[in-house]
Amino acid sequence: MAIETALPQIKGVKDVPYEELFVSGHRTCQGCESALVMRHMVKASGPRTIVLGSTGCMYVANTTYYTTPWVVPWMHTQLGASGSAALGTAAGLKVLMRKGKLKDEKINVIAFCGDGGGADMGLGAISATLTHKEYNCLVLLYDNESYANTDIQLSSQTPYGAVTTFSPSGSKKRLMHTRWKKNVPGMLAAGHPESRFIAAGCAAYAVDLMNKIRKALEIGGPTFVHTLDPCPKGWDYHPQYSQELGHLAVECGIWPLYEVIDGVCNLTGPTRQIAEGRKKRKPVYEYLKRQGRFAHFIDEDVEHFQAQVDKMWTDWLIPGVIPFTVPAKDQAILKIDKKSKPLHEEPATA
Amino acid sequence: MAAYPIRPYDGVMQAAAKLIANGKMDVEYIVADGEHSQFEIVKHACAVGSRVFVGSSGVGWFYAFEAIAVTAGLRLPVVAICGNRALDDPGAFGTEHNDSLAVRDLGWLLPWAETAQEAMDLALMAWRVGEDKRVSLPVAIGLDGAFLTHSQQIVKIPTQAAVNTFLPPFDLGDRLLHPDNPITIAPQVDQDWLMEIRMQNDQAMRKAEGVIREAHADFKKLFGRGGDSPFLDEYMTDDAEVVFFGQGTLALPMKVAIRRLRKEGHKVGLVRLKWFRPFATDEIVKCLSRFKAVGVIDRDYSFGSPYYGGVLYNEVRSALYSQPKRPVVVGFIAGLGGREIEQPMAQEIFEKTKAAASGDLKAGDTCHWIGVRS
Repeated sequence: MAIETALPQIKGVKDVPYEELFVSGHRTCQGCESALVMRHMVKASGPRTIVLGSTGCMYVANTTYYTTPWVVPWMHTQLGASGSAALGTAAGLKVLMRKGKLKDEKINVIAFCGDGGGADMGLGAISATLTHKEYNCLVLLYDNESYANTDIQLSSQTPYGAVTTFSPSGSKKRLMHTRWKKNVPGMLAAGHPESRFIAAGCAAYAVDLMNKIRKALEIGGPTFVHTLDPCPKGWDYHPQYSQELGHLAVECGIWPLYEVIDGVCNLTGPTRQIAEGRKKRKPVYEYLKRQGRFAHFIDEDVEHFQAQVDKMWTDWLIPGVIPFTVPAKDQAILKIDKKSKPLHEEPATA
Repeated sequence: MAAYPIRPYDGVMQAAAKLIANGKMDVEYIVADGEHSQFEIVKHACAVGSRVFVGSSGVGWFYAFEAIAVTAGLRLPVVAICGNRALDDPGAFGTEHNDSLAVRDLGWLLPWAETAQEAMDLALMAWRVGEDKRVSLPVAIGLDGAFLTHSQQIVKIPTQAAVNTFLPPFDLGDRLLHPDNPITIAPQVDQDWLMEIRMQNDQAMRKAEGVIREAHADFKKLFGRGGDSPFLDEYMTDDAEVVFFGQGTLALPMKVAIRRLRKEGHKVGLVRLKWFRPFATDEIVKCLSRFKAVGVIDRDYSFGSPYYGGVLYNEVRSALYSQPKRPVVVGFIAGLGGREIEQPMAQEIFEKTKAAASGDLKAGDTCHWIGVRS
């Protein structure tokens, strides 16, 4: 019997494959959204997949010798090596198939990394991989916004002001961490015009995420998906609220969902509804107040956070994606007409 | 094959690029974004069953260090060249062996070439030995920067048919990462299993010596080259009382010195070490015990080591320690950063070793820096 390798788009929850390829045998925390990303990822990709996992929670908590949750072949890679692991695996398969030493078939290659491994240490290698258009592979960055495996230290993905073990709130400094979160999928989409698919997703929108993974694997070449994963341990909230926090991150406009396919950017899910004006963006306070890592925030901090997010929605060329502000006089030259393109909210009236 | 530029190894990658561009070699050639990626790319390509080649030099080798360490732990037979280069800073392009030697404890097999022909031959040996299921370890061929990487020599390239006879197809067996063989590679084993796994690497390294001897015998039969022993290359040692001991291209100036000294009536020879790992202890001990004194020439340093000697010096002394009959061992550090070992230096090495042989120099616990301006 031929193995089905085509990956059509999933129409709804009832259309999701039953087959589990990430099963018991791991010891992730209760409420771990990243574990859910892993499950959705291989559910979407199917059994003809090789997964490479760089060091981080999803390595250490998932694969303890004598047990493994991976039904598909899985191999560890180094913290900063997800891009190289994807590339090397894809190149190895390609040459063996070309020379007839391995059956010529479609094998999905997915390398995952956390925000530390992907947005910090391994960013260069991911960037390089996204330029090697002759190799088919996906790099998935599961972003729980800290080095959660090593005790919650801040990464370049930790949000402004959040408490981590490297950015505690103290009597002298209320906020130790004042850098704004690096815009990784936007940067990668802008900087790698030959990567045919780059997306931002969230496991709280499972079907949307699985479809993004399938699109990435079907379109071919090197692709990238970034997921925002609420983390009860790092974000300090009760594990039962992981899904809710994922929803809130999107609904407050902090984590826009989108995909860039062959250079065309589509906002997806509630992000599109907000941009179209069909849904009102919730204040960020709704999101911040639910998490212990922001418990030290005073009004001024919340206001700053809100102002930054607002700017993303009113000024950026594409909200959450391309962080350029185009001066009014140039909007005609650049053929930008915010009113005809329902990608922005109306700026608050002056 | 994954390339990244650093002198002096990269001449090899440039030559490979030309072969590929002209259709004379059919490989995936990936120009990486750094040595770490370079070594990770080949490691993963190897895990899905492809034969790989990579290389670096000096600090580039160190930039890849993490990947180099795990490749040995994973028992993946990656073949690399290390165009031996001084570790910056201060900047220097020339030969020093500290880059290769830094991985000596990790489970990489480390042969050293004297000539371009030997480099070619060692590459075939490296894939044959490294990919042998009894070994399954990575191999890094040491090539002295500039002296070997940038000298032009005539090389006999064997036919494809002969190579195919010598080198069986690469087969990872049940360790292949493939959807038909859904294994999990390199999970967390912690204190529970790490010692057992380390000991398996140790056993593989122990077996490597015999596998190298087998491969060497086959190689000699097929290609007619390689000398008597895969591990040692002896020059004018039959009646020698004093020998020099070292690896790589320093054999050339030392052979010149030996011929000159022989004319003056001195019984002197050279033993060149061809594989540093595995260290063929029994053969080396047996060989060196024939002589009165051994002058070990290190093109490396090991600051703060016993008697402030080089790496090779301390390895040799350690190997000889339990022998009832052992030669006096004198240590020399020479030719660092690609400095030529000139004849006056060779002369000084000889005189000191000879003095030690006749008991005139308290030699065993000292190490001499040769050709250093004061």
